Amino acid sequence: MNLPIYLDNNATTPMDPRVLDAMLPYFNQKFGNAASRNHAFGWVAEEAVDYAREQIAKLIGASEKEIIFTSGATEADNLAIKGVFEMYKDKGNHIITTTTEHKAVLDTCKHIEKLGARVTYLPVQSDGLINLQELEAAMTSETILVSVMYGNNEIGVIQPIKEIAAIAHKFGALFMTDATQAAGKIPVNVIADGIDLLAFSAHKMYGPKGVGALYVRRKGPRVKVTAQMDGGGHERGMRSGTLNVPGIVGFGKACELCALEMESEAKRLSALRDKLQTSLLQLEESYVNGNVEHRLPHVANISFKYVEGEGLMMAMKDLAVSSGSACTSASLEPSYVLKSLGLSDDLAHSSIRFGLGRFTTEEEVDYAIEVTKKSVTHLRELSPLWEMFKEGIDLDSIEWAEH
Amino acid sequence: MAYSDKVIDHYTNPRNVGTLDKSNVKVGTGLVGAPECGDVMRLQIQVDDNNIITDAKFKTFGCGSAIASSSLATEWLKGKTIDDAMKIDNMDIVEELALPPVKIHCSVLAEDAIKAAINDFRVKNGLAPIESEKVHH
Repeated sequence: MNLPIYLDNNATTPMDPRVLDAMLPYFNQKFGNAASRNHAFGWVAEEAVDYAREQIAKLIGASEKEIIFTSGATEADNLAIKGVFEMYKDKGNHIITTTTEHKAVLDTCKHIEKLGARVTYLPVQSDGLINLQELEAAMTSETILVSVMYGNNEIGVIQPIKEIAAIAHKFGALFMTDATQAAGKIPVNVIADGIDLLAFSAHKMYGPKGVGALYVRRKGPRVKVTAQMDGGGHERGMRSGTLNVPGIVGFGKACELCALEMESEAKRLSALRDKLQTSLLQLEESYVNGNVEHRLPHVANISFKYVEGEGLMMAMKDLAVSSGSACTSASLEPSYVLKSLGLSDDLAHSSIRFGLGRFTTEEEVDYAIEVTKKSVTHLRELSPLWEMFKEGIDLDSIEWAEH
Repeated sequence: MAYSDKVIDHYTNPRNVGTLDKSNVKVGTGLVGAPECGDVMRLQIQVDDNNIITDAKFKTFGCGSAIASSSLATEWLKGKTIDDAMKIDNMDIVEELALPPVKIHCSVLAEDAIKAAINDFRVKNGLAPIESEKVHH
């Protein structure tokens, strides 16, 4: 077992060696521009891109013509939201999203608010799921787009996508989802789910960084987005720019492997995740954040009360995890996702996200359990809050000087 | 962000972790910060009849830099008179631990904890608390 152990697979994943092998020829031997229509170098590149497009489309049940390549999911989110707003603003200016979306969605929504859009940010329930009645109540005749993420990046909660899509369509709005964390991990099907636009990225599924895609539905309805990158008219005019051929080839291979191995991998990972979670919940005053039934198989977000997350990560120096604490940020604000669940700031500061992946072994999980338990216990010995808790002092009764 | 060797040293082997009897008139206790902000420090001093700090203990809920700042503060406090201890400046802690700008608040908190502990001792012993005029940024 090599240290440190990587348990931050929601941030990024290591590239699968099979993906790397598929990509390598496209850097120097088959280096053509896929848009060069008049020689063999271009044809070879175009053929590789076409093949990857099929592999990628297949993973989400789409047709290859519906895949628009981008630099990643952030760009895909931007293109979807800005592109739909620009294309359909005569029809209405209202967009609905949720408070637990990724910043790529939230900040894009903030941007178009300045351009005249009205955005509703739906709150989530304490388990991280949205309330479908609240969504329906927020819909208006002006609503052109509903954007709700498939699986959450911090807590792994999976939203009821099919039901959300049905509500959007009932009111004549389009439905978009950021499926960056879900695609390749759980079955995602744009037809069965009723998705009109879907953003995803290669590097979250053992592919390379710097490449992603936006699925744009071609029929029932035919969806259009206004290009946000102008130039040579690539990607059916929706996203100009020379295609990242090696990246796209890698993305294709990554999708193919995920489709093949998803079922067995999800079983393996959820068993490991559950082992980790069950063991860590044996620690007093530890809590899982988010719904545990509707959850991605490889994620567990756990708060260890009376211990600060960043301090804890420092103690677990051989584990690469992430925390909802934000001691390094200027605002000192803890995770907005955890706060949206109604978690108090101190519990949000005490949270750790464990993200397992394809290369995580049982031995590593066992080690992670041991190190985490030891670190939490050690830091609680150092924690004045833990001492007060043990003495039966109600921490809410103390007048804290917020700084 | 990488931590300095001194932060890692104090974090890994924190000095003077513990609790003094806060009901003892010769013990001053400072509890600063807030759980919502992700930092709470409790710093305690034991003072002798010559107003010299003979022992200091801390417990901290916070990041590595907060733990290191309070650990360092207890080291510096021991052997100082309460008047000299009052002069410990947060920037001395920043310098000693090589704290980056985002962690300066940890040193501020440690300074606040020192002053709060000394004032607690002063009030317990019939002395007026000393108001700090320093404005932190």
